Amino acid sequence: MTLQQELATSPSAKLSVKDVSKTFHTRGGRVQALDRISLNVNEGEFVCLVGPSGCGKSTLLNIIAGLETPDEGTVQTDGQPILGPGRDRMVMFQEPALFPWLDVFSNVMFGLKLKPGLSTAERKEVAQYYLKLVGLESFQHANIHELSGGMKQRVTLARAMAPNPRVLLMDEPFAALDALTREQLYGDLQRIWQERRKTIIFVTHNVREAACLGDRVVLFSPHPGRIREEFRVSLPRPRDINSVDLAEHATEIMRALKGHLRNSEVQE
Amino acid sequence: MKRLLTALFFFAALLAAWQIVVLSKVWSPVLVPSPASVGRYLWGALRDGTLEGSVLVTMKRLGLGYLIGLAVGVPLGMITAQFRPVRDTLGVLALGLQGLPSVCWVPLALLWFGQSEGAMLFVVVMGTLWSVILATESGVRNVNPIYVRAARTMGSRRLHTWVQVIMPASLPFIVSGMKQGWAFAWRSLMAAEIFVTILTGFGLGQLLHYGRELNAMDQVIGIMVVIVFIGLLADKVLFSPWESFLHRRWGTAK
Repeated sequence: MTLQQELATSPSAKLSVKDVSKTFHTRGGRVQALDRISLNVNEGEFVCLVGPSGCGKSTLLNIIAGLETPDEGTVQTDGQPILGPGRDRMVMFQEPALFPWLDVFSNVMFGLKLKPGLSTAERKEVAQYYLKLVGLESFQHANIHELSGGMKQRVTLARAMAPNPRVLLMDEPFAALDALTREQLYGDLQRIWQERRKTIIFVTHNVREAACLGDRVVLFSPHPGRIREEFRVSLPRPRDINSVDLAEHATEIMRALKGHLRNSEVQE
Repeated sequence: MKRLLTALFFFAALLAAWQIVVLSKVWSPVLVPSPASVGRYLWGALRDGTLEGSVLVTMKRLGLGYLIGLAVGVPLGMITAQFRPVRDTLGVLALGLQGLPSVCWVPLALLWFGQSEGAMLFVVVMGTLWSVILATESGVRNVNPIYVRAARTMGSRRLHTWVQVIMPASLPFIVSGMKQGWAFAWRSLMAAEIFVTILTGFGLGQLLHYGRELNAMDQVIGIMVVIVFIGLLADKVLFSPWESFLHRRWGTAK
């Protein structure tokens, strides 16, 4: 594959999660993190998983990433079962997880070097392209500790995008950032997503964030983790987190979420 | 430049103080030789090749033993960190033996290997090995698991993960373990050389020993100066570049 093709094509994948259950055995006893979860995600769709902590949304993300295996059920990308971590599904964690022994550029190169079919020169150009996409081309030789929290997450995004995955899995990537930086990154992420159309699964407990970013918002409730309800958000993009329309959607979703939480408490 | 001048001034003052003590004639020149006579000894030893020869002998023993200690210690440390049964056995052994002053290996080495290079090598390896194992082990166990997870999602597996992620991530620990191993090996080798004469080569420790036998205080002090100098040089050449790289990259410098 030539460089032009590599940059011109941006594949994305269909995801299908079917009857997935997962139980953790801890010292305090059994915790059912996921209870027969089923979810279908279209190619290039941006889906946000929302719920309070302990609802299993991160577990589901890790299962899709191949970092954990479900006790029951199947997960497929484009009809292929997921057997382990793979380059087609990149993950962004809440912590930046950038390697401090490498500079910014080498961090982005890390995943690219593991991708076959490109020459070193092409890999370097791809890395440049993505650093530019996140607006950090002038920081390529910076050390990780010299970056702010927001810049670190941008580098992480570039590193995750660089091998051109079909799916991007994001686990509360902006939760540790200040509000202003976060707003900037909402804008950047939407712009990059519109440019590179990846299938994105985005885990968050921030309803407004979910409404701002997602085509679809999936509500989870905890103990055991179950999907309760789905909302489609069809506001035009790019969306502003502070807009009134968005606030209305977020309020509606929040109300639903609170209702489900009350119900699950009553059941217990 | 200012720091260099400060250091120069300090050492010049030290030498001057030494000279004043000698001139005051409080102690016999046999016990406190003048800086000049120590300098003369060193110059003479340098000219006739004794100094060069013994430095080479000592550095060869130290270098070889140290490299063996590293080559064995780093992988063993990784295995120790990875497998619990190894940690409960080899790990405990390493912890115990690291606490053993490495000069304590000398009698055993002499009985096993005789007065040979093998004995010297053995002492140096024992001085290095346990610190390196322990430092590597704690380095590996302190690697943030998120690095490994992130690497795995990017397609990194087994050996690649070890070499490209776990090793560099534990580098700060490994370097400090290397430094400690070096210090232990250096001390134990000097002790061993002072203790025993090895006919295949006279090291710095042996020169020091003969200085005492001959009551040649200028030789004793001269060799001590050389030993201190080598220690400083090793720190500046072997470890400082690593440490400043680590500080710069990790951002741990003050």
